[in-house]
Amino acid sequence: MYSDMVTLQTMDTIFYEAQRQGRISFYVTTIGEEAINIASAAAVTSDDFVFPQYREPGVLIWRGFTPQEFASQCFGNRADYGKGRQMPIHYGSNKHKYFTVSSTIATQIPQAVGAAYSLKMDKKDACVVTYFGDGGTSEGDFHAGLNFAAVTEAPVIFICRNNGWAISTPTSDQFRSDGIAVRGQAYGVRSIRVDGNDALAMYSAVHTARKMAVNEHRPILIEAVTYRVGHHSTSDDSTKYRPADEIEWWRMARDPVTRFRKWIESNGWWSGEAETQLRSSIRSQLLLAIQMAEKVEKPPVKELFTDVYDDLPSNLREQEKLLRETISRHPQDYPADVPH
Amino acid sequence: MLGIVRQKVLGQSLQKVRPAVSLLRSYSSAAKQMTVREALNSALDEEMSADPKVFLMGEEVGEYQGAYKISKGLLEKYGPERVLDTPITEAGFTGIGVGAAYYGLKPVVEFMTFNFSMQAIDHIINSAAKSNYMSAGQLSVPLVFRGPNGAAAGVGAQHSQCYAAWYASCPGLKVLAPYNSEDSRGLLKAAIRDPDPVIFLENELLYGESFPVSDEVLDSSFCLPIGKAKIEREGKDVTITAFSKMVGYALKAAEILEKDGIDAEVINLRSIRPLDRSTINTSVRKTNRLITVEEGFPQHGVGAEICASVVEESFGYLDAPVERVAGADVPMPYAANLERMAVPQVEDIVRAAKRACYRSVPLAAAA
Repeated sequence: MYSDMVTLQTMDTIFYEAQRQGRISFYVTTIGEEAINIASAAAVTSDDFVFPQYREPGVLIWRGFTPQEFASQCFGNRADYGKGRQMPIHYGSNKHKYFTVSSTIATQIPQAVGAAYSLKMDKKDACVVTYFGDGGTSEGDFHAGLNFAAVTEAPVIFICRNNGWAISTPTSDQFRSDGIAVRGQAYGVRSIRVDGNDALAMYSAVHTARKMAVNEHRPILIEAVTYRVGHHSTSDDSTKYRPADEIEWWRMARDPVTRFRKWIESNGWWSGEAETQLRSSIRSQLLLAIQMAEKVEKPPVKELFTDVYDDLPSNLREQEKLLRETISRHPQDYPADVPH
Repeated sequence: MLGIVRQKVLGQSLQKVRPAVSLLRSYSSAAKQMTVREALNSALDEEMSADPKVFLMGEEVGEYQGAYKISKGLLEKYGPERVLDTPITEAGFTGIGVGAAYYGLKPVVEFMTFNFSMQAIDHIINSAAKSNYMSAGQLSVPLVFRGPNGAAAGVGAQHSQCYAAWYASCPGLKVLAPYNSEDSRGLLKAAIRDPDPVIFLENELLYGESFPVSDEVLDSSFCLPIGKAKIEREGKDVTITAFSKMVGYALKAAEILEKDGIDAEVINLRSIRPLDRSTINTSVRKTNRLITVEEGFPQHGVGAEICASVVEESFGYLDAPVERVAGADVPMPYAANLERMAVPQVEDIVRAAKRACYRSVPLAAAA
């Protein structure tokens, strides 16, 4: 668990820098929420489906997504499972049961309930885990999803990352209820509030929630209280709307990674030497992944037209043909790194 | 020559009106009658029976037997797990349907009317239509959204809008609009079997109408191809395209035009996206004149797209400007006399066809 938390933290630092250097167009960090990501992933099984928002790449790390796979999506190259269709951090992987990230807020909530209902109909020994932030709970989809999950008795775990901020909107402007946990109760969903920066507490809560969801066919809501240490994304400078010393305090004094490290060190399972080794090894893996991903060519032109429908329709086949003809007549007007 | 045409047309119009008469040359035995409601119900029943992944969800679909009784008997036959009565949240149950489809089931999501689909349109477009593309084929959405679309009778502005043009503009969706019972059965079965998300636009006023259906249509394997229009009536003077209820109006208009020596070809679009441009253009190249008919608002409507397609592909064949017959550019009024003037009537189609044939005819309708 710890090494994955470190991986997430390091990946965020390096990829954020890559965006600042202009090598990728966009990035979203998970700084401060490593415990929520990794501990919750560790507490469920690989049979369980994950419907993320966009600040949960740690779940993919736990499930075995490699630095190379992350980098490929961020660079939108030929190896990207998303075929270059979406912005960076919109990871998706069927084999890891991680449903492709879509930018729309809270839409994954009713989708997760639908998938959970389907799991129940199929009598599978599995559940669905879905994540969203404090801001996402204002959306109508949150209301509909929780209500529905309670009525249909769907085996779904709702994890709200209450990190205090929805871009520049603090929770005091987002809702006046006593956090999110009371909302779950209002819908008839068993709810709990957990310290999101305590990896062990997160693990324990999600582990129990999973048992209840699968064995009793019921939804559970977990409100994980944390702080979004990073900016909302690389398009944001959060010092514009919150004090820099507040950010620093949460980054240093309340860092979930450091907290967990202290615990494993006190148990004699970790050392300063292991720490240095781990960090340098992960760092070089990630740097290498970026270097490799940068060089890989982009997806071929044909991928502009595929997957709109299951089969390629005739109008798109014509358009593709037209495009290829235009490219061969005017090659200097088209990028050289897009194979055709 | 005209006598032969008149006989053929007479036979066809009799088929629509009194199929028991033995003038039916195209059927080997006396055709059965089936209402559109029965057609939809039987199609749902057969597809649910054939594939355990298919399930129905929506408001009132279960215990109430369906707001318009389309799902009558299905709850009793398949149980509450496969016929799901949902709470009142279009956004909610659409999202849930999409989630179930992502998982691998085949939901049929019913909107009490498509006006209410606006509550769920983010899920329809952003979660269903675009998912296969955005996920590069990992998230397919074999979902059908169905329900009554367009004007009914005296239901007012918020219950009468036609959504064909809105949904048909979005890549990733397929949009179907059946007219009669054969269309309803064949297209609904095709929609349920299709791996892409399909918008299935029914019409409340057609539910109770009866049409003849052949044995082939009644067979449980019957299916119509998506993307193919049907030429309901062949003609050589002017092409009239229509979908849903307007097909019936166009056919009536064709009978009236027949008496004035204008031989109209009526195309039942059946599929709004993909639009059968080939059938439409072939017809226009034969007749050289085109009238498009729809109930919905005129601006950016289905007729606009058909006109553009014909101008792009068959400009040299047009002998007259393309005319669009559409609903009035106002929210649907409630009063019966006003409502009648806000939707196309048979006379509007007749007049438009005559204008295309350069017969002198006043432009405005008499009140």
